[in-house]
Amino acid sequence: MGREVAIIGSGQTKHGRRNDLTYPDLVREAVQAALRNTGITLDDVDGVVSGTMPSMMEGVAFTHFYFADALGSVGKPIMKTETCGTTGMSLAQTGYYWVASGMADMVLVVGSEKMHEGDSQATMSTVLEPFYLRPFLTGAPGVFSMQGQQWTATYNIPEEKTREAAAKISVDHHRDALDNPYAHIQLDLSMDDVKNARLISYPVRLWDVCPNSDGACAVVFASAEKAKKICAKPAWVKGLGFCGDEYWYGDSNKVAWACAMEAARQAYDMAGITNPRRELDVAEIYNPFTFVELLHYECFGFSEPGRACDDTLAGAYARDGELPCDPSGGVLCTNPIGATALIRVAEAALQVSGQAGDHQIDGAKLALAHGLGGVSQFNGIMIVGSEG
Amino acid sequence: MAKHFSTLQHDVWLPYKFAVGPVFQRFYEGLKEEKILGNRCPQCNKILVPARSFCPKCNVDMDEWVEVSQEGEIVTWMVAHEPFFGMPVEPPFIGALIRLDGTDCDLLHLVGGIDLSSPDTIAKKVKKGTRVKAVWRAEKEGHMLDIQYFMPM
Repeated sequence: MGREVAIIGSGQTKHGRRNDLTYPDLVREAVQAALRNTGITLDDVDGVVSGTMPSMMEGVAFTHFYFADALGSVGKPIMKTETCGTTGMSLAQTGYYWVASGMADMVLVVGSEKMHEGDSQATMSTVLEPFYLRPFLTGAPGVFSMQGQQWTATYNIPEEKTREAAAKISVDHHRDALDNPYAHIQLDLSMDDVKNARLISYPVRLWDVCPNSDGACAVVFASAEKAKKICAKPAWVKGLGFCGDEYWYGDSNKVAWACAMEAARQAYDMAGITNPRRELDVAEIYNPFTFVELLHYECFGFSEPGRACDDTLAGAYARDGELPCDPSGGVLCTNPIGATALIRVAEAALQVSGQAGDHQIDGAKLALAHGLGGVSQFNGIMIVGSEG
Repeated sequence: MAKHFSTLQHDVWLPYKFAVGPVFQRFYEGLKEEKILGNRCPQCNKILVPARSFCPKCNVDMDEWVEVSQEGEIVTWMVAHEPFFGMPVEPPFIGALIRLDGTDCDLLHLVGGIDLSSPDTIAKKVKKGTRVKAVWRAEKEGHMLDIQYFMPM
């Protein structure tokens, strides 16, 4: 085990369609916000971690050169981390390792994406090799639709019940986003709006799917000594886990999903959590699709297998529920992919340090942040708490 | 009125040549002969398809070739309604995981040969456990799409 590590602050851009500025300026907007939030200067930063989606999304392959000045990384060590949708979680864990190892006392971690500059679904299709997987998987919606269908079929969950629970998640999160000033899609939808929306890939409809967003997020990780000196309410990293699946999509069960369950187990063991639903105060699940959020309630031990729809419909995971999930509106409302999982970490840290504003969960002390990526291939978790 | 911000168009076109390797080469030659080839792991005894050079679970070489059944069951499925960049098949189409009889993993492919005009009619014919069989194209190219789709039986 390495040294104790804290998150001392973060910054986000306003996410959405941001063709009002260049990509490096978008990155700088998040970095500057993090500097203001923490009160540090770039001179205080020992090293920088940066990451995005695969280069085909950016149109520029060497982004840590492109962003060097915006990141404030000139004259410092810089690391790039990239694991598709999980990028933001891998970035956070890279920053954590760097400080925990004792090689740095303060690390600036930055994730970004400008999805309106490229073609996100074309990029997603290039994540797959072209001869076996690519012809059949239609970017992200195809993958997650199949996974959702497999889940409902495994537990014989009636289609109407799954549809109802997924619609509730969509309605709740689009309303939650109204209280998050950085969120991209902020809407007051009805259940019927969601259930009757345009089909994307059956059974997934428009409001079951995350948007394309431009946005960036910066988070500052610091040693205990530095954190206590400069931050009144640090968010302490209590646990982390990361686990991946094999390449071959049909080789493993994506319902009782081993890599999601294992990532959670690693993080819970490290944080000393035995009953996550009772002990966690809030969770930021990586939910690019409504059905994906339901599946993860089970993989993370919040709900018994096959019971996520019932618990959701009973209100367990709503803002006023037993374990509020994605009070920020989550990925469903904001998805600048390279930043997205890092936003989950930033939001978890905001909650336990009491800085989440209008979407603050009162008294939150322990929060889970999640990243999901690849072709349903990677899961990563970071748990943060208000107590060191 | 909202201010207009301009953008500059830039396209990237890059050609690639992927090495096929001896195992996929034989697998593709099998497709040209209307055979679906897998191989058996000498350690866990599982039959994996498409054929591959080593067992991902046991990390041992797989040298025993097996011609697998062209019939099996649907494990999960979805209907693609939107066109995606570079996709060889026009929507709507059904992508599915199929467990071919006697094999130990799921094969990713298409389900077709049925009316695709409405999700409700599809959901009546396509379910977990629906039996399907391979339908081959007349002209073969040594490609996964030499199997046109798997049709419900």
